[in-house]
Amino acid sequence: MELDGNALGGDLSTVFATDVTDAVFVCAGCKHSGVVATLRVWEPAPGLVGRCPNCTDVIVRLVRTPTRVFLTLTGASRLEIPVEQP
Amino acid sequence: MIKRITWRAATVTAVRWETKTARTLVLDVPGWSGHLPGQHVDIRLTADDGYVAQRSYSIASAWSPSSPSVELTIQRLDDGEVSPYLTDVVEVGDKIEVRGAIGNWFVWRDTQTAPVLLIAGGSGVVPLMAMIRARGRQPFRLIYSVRTPEDAAYAEELRHRVRENPGLDVHFVYTRKAPEGAGAPKRIDVATINSHGWPPDFEPDCYVCGPTGFVETAADILVALGHAPTRVRTERFGGA
Repeated sequence: MELDGNALGGDLSTVFATDVTDAVFVCAGCKHSGVVATLRVWEPAPGLVGRCPNCTDVIVRLVRTPTRVFLTLTGASRLEIPVEQP
Repeated sequence: MIKRITWRAATVTAVRWETKTARTLVLDVPGWSGHLPGQHVDIRLTADDGYVAQRSYSIASAWSPSSPSVELTIQRLDDGEVSPYLTDVVEVGDKIEVRGAIGNWFVWRDTQTAPVLLIAGGSGVVPLMAMIRARGRQPFRLIYSVRTPEDAAYAEELRHRVRENPGLDVHFVYTRKAPEGAGAPKRIDVATINSHGWPPDFEPDCYVCGPTGFVETAADILVALGHAPTRVRTERFGGA
């Protein structure tokens, strides 16, 4: 089942203090940038893997266990996260 | 203030079938602080042996303090692990673990003033229905692709809203069996979106939700017709 980065929102919210589906990533491989919601995600899998919609390189990997979340972000050279105006 | 999203035990307060294979669960979620149209929840089911299955489902209802419940419409996938349980087993009074509301990108806010174009493939209509239900005076158009007339969820409500609420248009695309007078079945194409969408000059906010192939086709057509890619938001509909 092919999903997209929208489906990563819940698990990423256990790590980040804000919703990151509208954060902008830059792919470390092809330099494509887009919002996290547009990443390609396939299920079911033991972990969640978000791939670049342009070059399919892995941008984010997230594995959850009952007590931990393992987050790998080596595929993103940058993550730009909107913050609420005070 | 930052509000952490946590798992909550929701109670099913009502159920209703939208089609032969799609059922709406009305949930009462203690401590729910509201949601935006387009957002989803994660649902977690735990088996007696500890096996856990987690899925995302779009919210179909518009939230307000006077209608605080969360409605999910779930399409049964026959080879699915979670959806048949939610459509066929869960009953009123049951408890389900829910986390949300999730998503800040595939959302429509009532402060947006642009016309809105919604393009739904099958059960991808669910988050778009939440937008229609939350709509104020903004002009909305929905293009809704279904296999047959019987597969259209919310059909009666959509007809009613089109009749009663000026500024909402709905166009159905039938891919397998069309009702009398609706022409031959076909898939969504340039002509459909050109005729039943908004002209790019109107700079509409476009939301496309459905299976991957459908979403890519519709989004590519929108961009080819001249819509700015930044105004086209997509969600590939999952579940299983």
